Amino acid sequence: MSQLEYIIQQVINAVSLGSLYALVAVGLSIVFGVLKLTNFAHGDVMMVGAFTTVLLIAAGMPFIPAMICGIAASAIAGFLIERIAYRPIRNAPDVTRLLTSLAVTYILENLGILLFTSSPRNFPLPDILNSSWQLSGGAITFTNINVLTVALTFVSLIGLGWFITRTTIGLGMRAAAEDMQAAQLVGLDVNKVIIVAFVVASAYAGLAGVLWAAQAGVVQPQMGFTPLLKAFVAAIIGGFGSISGALLGGYMLGALEIFIVAFLPDTVVPYRDAIVFALLIAFLLFRPGGLLQPNREIKL
Amino acid sequence: MATADPLLRVDNLEVSFGAVRALKGISLDVREGEVIALVGANGAGKSTTLRSISGLARAKSGTITFAGTVINKRTAPQIVRLGLAHSPEGRRLFGGLSVAENLRLGACTRSDPDGVARDTERMFTLFPILRERWRQLAGTLSGGEQQQLALARALMAAPRLLLLDEPSLGVAPLLVRHIFDALAELKRQGMTMLLVEQNIALALELADRAYVLRTGKVALSGIASELRSDDRVAQAYLGAAE
Ligand SMILES: Nc1ncnc2c1ncn2[C@@H]1O[C@H](COP(=O)(O)OP(=O)(O)OP(=O)(O)O)[C@@H](O)[C@H]1O
Ligand SMILES: [Mg+2]
Repeated sequence: MSQLEYIIQQVINAVSLGSLYALVAVGLSIVFGVLKLTNFAHGDVMMVGAFTTVLLIAAGMPFIPAMICGIAASAIAGFLIERIAYRPIRNAPDVTRLLTSLAVTYILENLGILLFTSSPRNFPLPDILNSSWQLSGGAITFTNINVLTVALTFVSLIGLGWFITRTTIGLGMRAAAEDMQAAQLVGLDVNKVIIVAFVVASAYAGLAGVLWAAQAGVVQPQMGFTPLLKAFVAAIIGGFGSISGALLGGYMLGALEIFIVAFLPDTVVPYRDAIVFALLIAFLLFRPGGLLQPNREIKL
Repeated sequence: MATADPLLRVDNLEVSFGAVRALKGISLDVREGEVIALVGANGAGKSTTLRSISGLARAKSGTITFAGTVINKRTAPQIVRLGLAHSPEGRRLFGGLSVAENLRLGACTRSDPDGVARDTERMFTLFPILRERWRQLAGTLSGGEQQQLALARALMAAPRLLLLDEPSLGVAPLLVRHIFDALAELKRQGMTMLLVEQNIALALELADRAYVLRTGKVALSGIASELRSDDRVAQAYLGAAE
């Protein structure tokens, strides 16, 4: 296996992992943008989408329609969370909002455990998605689920790009993220903007949840925790609240994690997560606004 | 067509922020086609008056009537839909959005695409720089360019009444003249305006009538051209500075 092929393989891995991080981080950033709230429940909305998909596949539905239903279930969950939990405390102090967000996480996770127990379930991925491509005589391999992950990430992000630059409500989302009062002054219906932001972000969480679980091969009620944490790091690296920042951060984090394992000495590899979180702390200390928004204050 | 009722009537408006009584009973009216100046020292309550009218600050007591509707309890977006636009202090543009996107949001309450297109052309005539900067992010414009965009964004709502808060703030002197020329042109076209401005000379030159605020009350009001030579205007400023 040549050096070049090894590098290409690592780049493929990085793009695949980075896509997952980017999907989760984008959703987190959309909600943070309009509410200035870290929505910890975002990871659990992923779980809702993944479980819905698994249950529907088990009931005999093909993968793609089941995934679409999973995404819809996540979108509905996001809508309900905004309506029931976040709207009543929209103008409350930050601590109240943060605690509410954590409470929603606990409720959803425990609901998941109650319904499905905390032991992992197999994700019934169709064989066609599990089959792999072998290039250069097996030196470069990837599976169809990798291809699907990257393809769906690209397509959905192009869709999002269109939405936030071409539609009034999408422009309103960006405007409200910058200055909520000014958004009201031009006549934007802020409630509508926030609902749409939640639904869009939660649909992204659903898509990310299904792809994450499909790659991992299992679903379980606490599955949202790790992606949430990673997406949080990604969003801060890129610039919290900025959609392009979340994208950039997601792919950078994916690349960083893969390259630490691939190119650094074996003695360093066990410290991969420590390195990532050290980077997070460095960003919070020295560049809290992230790569794209130097010096902007962030609040959890 | 002469109407008896003014377009905007503010009656005994009181606004407090905690223990701070920002407005202590302000009354003023604006008739269709008039340009009214609202002047006074720093902290006199000019911005608070505008913010209460447009729904950003809540009145503790008093009434605000716009085109026959009491609007004290309405939200800011509802008030825009009634035909009242506010170009706020400090411009408050969406800096990460382009000039085009800012103007599009300015017209977000409208459902007449042809009218919006016509008004966009009108903005290009009034503020030609906006055509040149069309795709540029608002945050990258100079202070004067941003102020022109802020005015245009408010005008894109096709308002019956335009509230302007310090359109000369942070604008290079040469451009201030340019902006006031545009306001004079708007006045000629019949736009009704309530103008807050630190530069009293400019404000009184443009306005038909003026109100002078002093620590949350109307200290003085009258015909703008008469107030220009009235010593009490300057005194209202000095008094507040004491
Ligand atoms: N959000 C707020 N919270 C607390 N106090 C406020 C707030 N907004 C205004 N005030 C107070 O209300 C008073 C009037 O302020 P306002 O901004 O209306 O004055 P102004 O006439 O516009 O002054 P300037 O010329 O400096 O813009 C001031 O004493 C100010 O400190
Ligand atoms: Mg002011």
